[in-house]
Amino acid sequence: MTTLTPVLSRDWDAARSWTMPVYLSNGGYLGLRKALTMKPEEIVAAVKDSGLRGRGGAGFPTGLKWTFLPAPDGGPRYLVVNADESEPGTCKDIPLMLASPQRLIEGIVITSYAIGCHHAFVYLRGEVVHVYRRLLEAAAEARKSGYLGSNILGSGFDLELTVHAGAGAYICGEETALLDSLEGRRGQPRLKPPFPAVEGLYARPTVVNNVESIASVPGIVRGGADWFKQMGTERSTGHGLFSLSGHVVRPGQYEAPLGITLRELLDMAGGIRNGNQLKFWTPGGSSTPLLTAEHLDVPLDYESVGQAGSMLGTRALQIFDHTTSVVRVVTRWLEFYKHESCGKCTPCREGTFWLVQVLRRLEAGKGRPGDVDLLSELSDNIFGKAFCALGDGAVSPVVSGVQYFRDEFEAGMHTPADEAFPPERSTLFAYTPRRPRGAELAGAH
Amino acid sequence: MTITSPTPRAGVPLVPAAPVPDALVPAATVTLTVDGLPITVPKGTLVVRAAEQLGIAIPRFCDHPLLAPVGACRQCLVEVWAPGRDGNLAKMPKPQPSCAVECTEGMQVRTQLTSDEADRAQHGVMELLLANHPLDCPICDKGGECPLQNQAMSNGRTDSRLLDVKRTYVKPVNVSTQILLDRERCILCQRCTRFCEQISGDKFVDLQMRGARQQIGGFDTGLLDFAGDTPVGPAAADESGHQFASYFSGNTVQICPVGALTSASYRFRSRPFDLVSTPSVAEHDAMGSMIRIDHRRGKVLRRLAGDDPQVNAEWLTDKDRFAFRWQTADDRITTPLVRRDGELVPVSWVEALDTAAAGLRQARSAGGVGVLPGGRLTLEDAYAYAKFARVVLGTNDVDHRARVTSDEETAFLGHQVAGRTLDVTFADLVAAPHVVLVGLEPEEEGGILYLRLRQPVLAGSMTVTQVAPVASPGARRLAATLVPAAPGTEAEVLDGIVTPADDATLAQVAERLAAPGAVILVGERLAGAPGALSAALRLARRSGARLAWVPRRAGERGAIEAGTLPNLLPGGRPVTDPAAWAQIAEVWGPVDAPQRTGRPVAEILAAAWGGELAGLVVGGLCPDDLPDPAAVRHALDQVGFLVSLEVRRSEVTDRADVVFPVAPPVEKPGTFVTWEGRPRPFPQALTSTQIPDHRVLDRLASALDCRLGLGTLTAVHDELDRLGGWSGSRVAAPDVAPAAAPTVEAGHAVLASWRLLLDAGRGQDGEEFLAGTARRTTALVSAATAAALGLTDGGAAQVSTKRGALTVPVRVVDQMADHVVWLPTNARDCRVHETLAAVPGDIVAVTVSDEEVRA
Repeated sequence: MTTLTPVLSRDWDAARSWTMPVYLSNGGYLGLRKALTMKPEEIVAAVKDSGLRGRGGAGFPTGLKWTFLPAPDGGPRYLVVNADESEPGTCKDIPLMLASPQRLIEGIVITSYAIGCHHAFVYLRGEVVHVYRRLLEAAAEARKSGYLGSNILGSGFDLELTVHAGAGAYICGEETALLDSLEGRRGQPRLKPPFPAVEGLYARPTVVNNVESIASVPGIVRGGADWFKQMGTERSTGHGLFSLSGHVVRPGQYEAPLGITLRELLDMAGGIRNGNQLKFWTPGGSSTPLLTAEHLDVPLDYESVGQAGSMLGTRALQIFDHTTSVVRVVTRWLEFYKHESCGKCTPCREGTFWLVQVLRRLEAGKGRPGDVDLLSELSDNIFGKAFCALGDGAVSPVVSGVQYFRDEFEAGMHTPADEAFPPERSTLFAYTPRRPRGAELAGAH
Repeated sequence: MTITSPTPRAGVPLVPAAPVPDALVPAATVTLTVDGLPITVPKGTLVVRAAEQLGIAIPRFCDHPLLAPVGACRQCLVEVWAPGRDGNLAKMPKPQPSCAVECTEGMQVRTQLTSDEADRAQHGVMELLLANHPLDCPICDKGGECPLQNQAMSNGRTDSRLLDVKRTYVKPVNVSTQILLDRERCILCQRCTRFCEQISGDKFVDLQMRGARQQIGGFDTGLLDFAGDTPVGPAAADESGHQFASYFSGNTVQICPVGALTSASYRFRSRPFDLVSTPSVAEHDAMGSMIRIDHRRGKVLRRLAGDDPQVNAEWLTDKDRFAFRWQTADDRITTPLVRRDGELVPVSWVEALDTAAAGLRQARSAGGVGVLPGGRLTLEDAYAYAKFARVVLGTNDVDHRARVTSDEETAFLGHQVAGRTLDVTFADLVAAPHVVLVGLEPEEEGGILYLRLRQPVLAGSMTVTQVAPVASPGARRLAATLVPAAPGTEAEVLDGIVTPADDATLAQVAERLAAPGAVILVGERLAGAPGALSAALRLARRSGARLAWVPRRAGERGAIEAGTLPNLLPGGRPVTDPAAWAQIAEVWGPVDAPQRTGRPVAEILAAAWGGELAGLVVGGLCPDDLPDPAAVRHALDQVGFLVSLEVRRSEVTDRADVVFPVAPPVEKPGTFVTWEGRPRPFPQALTSTQIPDHRVLDRLASALDCRLGLGTLTAVHDELDRLGGWSGSRVAAPDVAPAAAPTVEAGHAVLASWRLLLDAGRGQDGEEFLAGTARRTTALVSAATAAALGLTDGGAAQVSTKRGALTVPVRVVDQMADHVVWLPTNARDCRVHETLAAVPGDIVAVTVSDEEVRA
C-alpha cells in the first residue's frame, strides 16, 4: 500500500499558507541557504542524480536539460517557469502557486543559481488573476526578505524575477510558443532546432521548466538525491501531485510517489461517486490517451503508463463513470483543441476544425456511415504531422476513445448521445438542456 | 550583349557584361541519399533543396528559398533516417518537414516516391489544406498556375471527404487599393507576412485570430469582423499618419501559393495559360530588375518579378510591377506629325523626315542645334543621340540629364562614373560592412537597392549611415544612423567625416568607413549641393571606401557610357582629348565637331531661349523634370526649330515642329545599363510598327545626308564593340569648395525634397490602383523648426516662393535637421517644380495656413 508523500503540499492546510512567515516556519528557504553554500555544478549534479523528470507532461530529466546549456559566454541566460497551466483536467500548478508560492520562488532562486541565470521569468496563464496577484505579492515579499534582488543572502548572487501573465492561449504552454509570447510576439511554436537551451528567450540560452519541477528542487537540495530517489520507481523517482477530478467522492490533490496506482488513489478518494462503475479516465489531462477500468492497477509512472498505451502527462486524473458518454466528452475536448489551435500548421488547424464537425454530428446521432473510420483517418493525418506536440495531444482522446468505445461512436449514426447517456444521470443538480445548436456558422467559436 | 563577333578595342567592350559569379565553395559538405540517390550538398542545405537538385519535387507551400523556413504548411513531410549518437541509422519517429530539416551526413531521405508514410502524410495534409479551401479554381486568377491546384492534382485525393460546412468570409478584402485578399482561399502559409517581416520590413498584413479562424489581415477592423477583438500588427504608418500599403506589396501576390492575394489591376483579366511570357527589364529605375512580361494578343496584362540573384533576387517594386499602362495610353503617338499652320498633322515618314532635315539643316547653320535625349533611353538609343549630335549636328551640346545638374556633377560623372562599369555591384554592397548614403533614398529612388541593403542589415553584417535632412521611413527600417544635413550643406558634413572628429557620430562613421569593403553611395540629387560630389571624392580617397553613383532613371548610366554628356564621348572619352577623338574617328570616320565641352542642359535651354541655339532635338523629357518647368516651356516655345521623339503626346510634342513616334521599351529590344554599369539586354515583347529612337535618328541622319549606320540593333552593337572602352586619361576630378551655409531668416526654411517612388510621374499614368498606395503628401519639419515657424503637427503649412505657394499638411518628426522643410518633389498634389520652381537647398517661406487640407 502506497502512502501519500506530501512535500510540495505539506503546508497547504496551514492558515495563510502563502505567506512568508508560514513558509519559513516550515523550513522554507533552508534549501536555498544550503544551495548557496554549494557550487552551481553540484546542484545540477544533485538534481540530475535525483532522477527528477519534468513535471509538465513530457517527463524529460530536469537536471539533464540544465546541462544542455552551452558554456557561459558572458551574456545573459534565462530561466523561464512555465506556469501556463491550461490543459483540461490539469490543475496542479495553480493550487501550488496559490497555496505555496514561496516554494516556487525558492526553487527559482536555486535553479537560477545553478544554471547561472540572473533574470528569471514566470509565464503565468492569463486567466488566473488571483494567482497572478499572489505571485506578485510573494515575489515582493521574497525581495523584501532578501531572497530576490541583489546579493541574495549575502552570497553575491543576484536575481531578478519577472512574473508575466499571458493572454490565455493554450498554445503558450508549448515552450517555444511561450518564449515567443514572452517576447511580445504572437504565441506560435518555433522551429526547433535551435532548442531553447541554445537559443531561447531573446535568442539566449534558456531553461524552460514546469512549476512543479522547479518547486521540487528545494526539497532535493535539502533532502539530497537519495531522499528523493527513495520515493517512486527506479526510473520515475520522487513525489508528484496527482489531481483527481470528476466522478470521485473526494476529488483533489493527492501528492504521492510516482508509481502509485489509480486503484490506490481511488481508495483514498473514496471511490467512484454513488457507487458507480469506472468507465474511463485520463492519466494526465485530456491530451493523454484514455484508459479504462482494466488499467486500474497500472503504476502511475512514466514507463508503465507508456506501456499501457498512454502517457503520464500532468497526472491529471479525470475520472468518468458509466453514466458518461465518451462521444460527448471527446467532442467537448476536441472543441477545446479546435478553439485553442494556434493556427500555425495545417493538420492541427484544419484537422481539429473538421474533427469537431464529425464529432458533433455523431453526438447528435446524425453520423454518416464511415464517420468513425473518418475520425480515425483524420486523427492519423494529424498525429505526428502537426508542428508541435499539441496536435498529437488533440487527437489522443479521439484515437483512444474509438479504440476502447468504438460501439458508442458507431451508435452516433442513429442515437444521440443525450439519449444513450441522459445527462441528468451524470449531473449532481437539475439538468437544463442547452439550446439546440442549429444554424451556427462554421468556424465560429 | 555581344551580337556579332566583336573586335573590341583592347579587348574591353564599351559596356562589358557582368562576369558569371563564381560558384560558392562551401566550407563543409554533407553526403546523403534522397530516395536512394546519393548527393553531396553544402552543410546547412535543407532537405527539400537537396531533393530539388536531384530532380525530386516534394510538394510544398510555405517554403520559399528566400524566406527563412517556417515548417507551417506541413505539405513537404518526408521520411527521414539519420545516424543516431550510436552511429546506427534510425528512422525519425515522425515524418519530417523537408523544408525545415537540414541535411546531415549519412542521412537517408525517403520522399513520397519511395515511402508510403511520406506519401500518406502528404495526401493527408493536402486533404486538410483543401478542407476549408473554396475550390473555386474556375473563377480564380491563380487557376492554371496555382501550386495548390497543381499539387492537389499530383499529391492529393481525387475527391473530397469533407461533407461539412466550410469556413466562409466576406471577400475580397481591399488590403490596399491594389492588393485584394480572399481569406477563404488562403492556406495560411505565411509567405506574405514573412515577406513583410524578412524582406520589405513594411508590414501591411499580419496573422489575426487563431486556429481555424486564423487569417491574414490587419487593416480594417470593421471589414475583418473582429467582435471587440483588437487586431495585431497594424500596417506601418507613413509620415502623414496614414497606413500605407508597402511599395513591395505586389511581391506578396506573386509568392502567394494560392489565389488569396490578387492585384486589382490583374484580377479577372486573363487566364495564365493564355498568356505569352517574355523576359524583360524594368524601365522605371536604374536597378535593372529582371521582369517577366505577360501579354496576350499584343497587350500587356501583367508583369512579374524575374529571378536574378545578382540584381533583384526575386523581388520587384510595385512601380516596376504595376506601372506599364503608360505604354499603351490613349495619347500614344502613332504617326509622324508635322506642324502646319500651327497645328500638328499626321504625315508620312518621308515627309516628316524631309521637314525635320530641312529645319535642322537650317538651324545647324543658324547657330546650332542642342540635343536633349532624356534619361530614360536604352544604351543603343542613347548612343545614337550621342553620335547624331556629333556627326550630324557637329556639336557637343548634348545632355541627357533632365534634372538638377551642375558643372561639378558633369566633371564628376566623367571622372568617377563613365567607363567604370561594375566597379561597385549589388554583391559588393551586400558584403559591405558599412554603407554611407548621401543624397540618396534607397527605398524611394532605388526600390530594389533598399531591399538588397536590408538583408545584410537584418543579418547584422552591415550598418548604414545616411547623410540627409530627415530620416525617411525606409532609412529607419535600415536602422540607418542619420547625420542630419540641410540640403546644400552635404559637402560640409562629408568633409567633417574624419578621425578624430569633434562630433562623435562623424568620428564613428569615419571609423566604420575605414573598414575594408565599405561603400559610399551618392545619389543624383547631390548635383544640387555645391561641393558635395567633390567632398564625396575626397571622403572616398581619405577613407579608402569605394564610391558609387546611383541615378534614379533607367537610362542615366547607359547614356553616360554612350556619351550623351557635353564633356564625354562614348566610353567615357573626354571631348577635350584629341586621342579620344582619334579613336572615335576610326569608327565614325572624320567628325566635324568642336573638341571642347558643350553646353549642359540648363545652358542648352537658356541658349534656346536666347536664340543662340536655333534648334533642339528632344527625346523623352518633360518640362517638369527640370527645376523651372515654365522656363523650359518658354525655351521650347522660343527655339527656332524643335524636333521631338516621343512615345506619347507631351508638352514637348505640343510645341514641336516635327514629332517622330518612337517605341516604348515593350515594343523594342535594347539594353538598359544599371547604376552598377551592368548591361541588361531585353528582347522585344510585343510586335509593333513603332521603331526605337536609334532607327529614327539613323533615318533622320540619312535625310540630312549623313550616314549614321545605326539602323539595326546589330549595327549599333557592332559599333559599340568596335569602339570599346577607354583607357586614356579621364576627365579631371571636380574640386569645388563647400558653399557657405545659407542664412535662414525668420518665417523661412531650407527646402528639402526628393521624388517618391509613387508620384505624378508620367510612367505611372493610368494606374489608379497603384496610385492609391502612394504616400500621402505631408510637409515634414523638426520640432524646433515647427516651433520657430509656429507650425503644429497635423496642421497645415503654406510653403511659398515668389513663383507660387503650396498648402500641405504638416508632420513634426524626430531625426530631422532644423530650419528645413521637406516636401515630396512630384506628388500629385504637391508639384514643387511646377508650383514653386524651387529645388532642394532653396530658401522658401513657410507660414501657417488656415486652409483645410487632406492629411
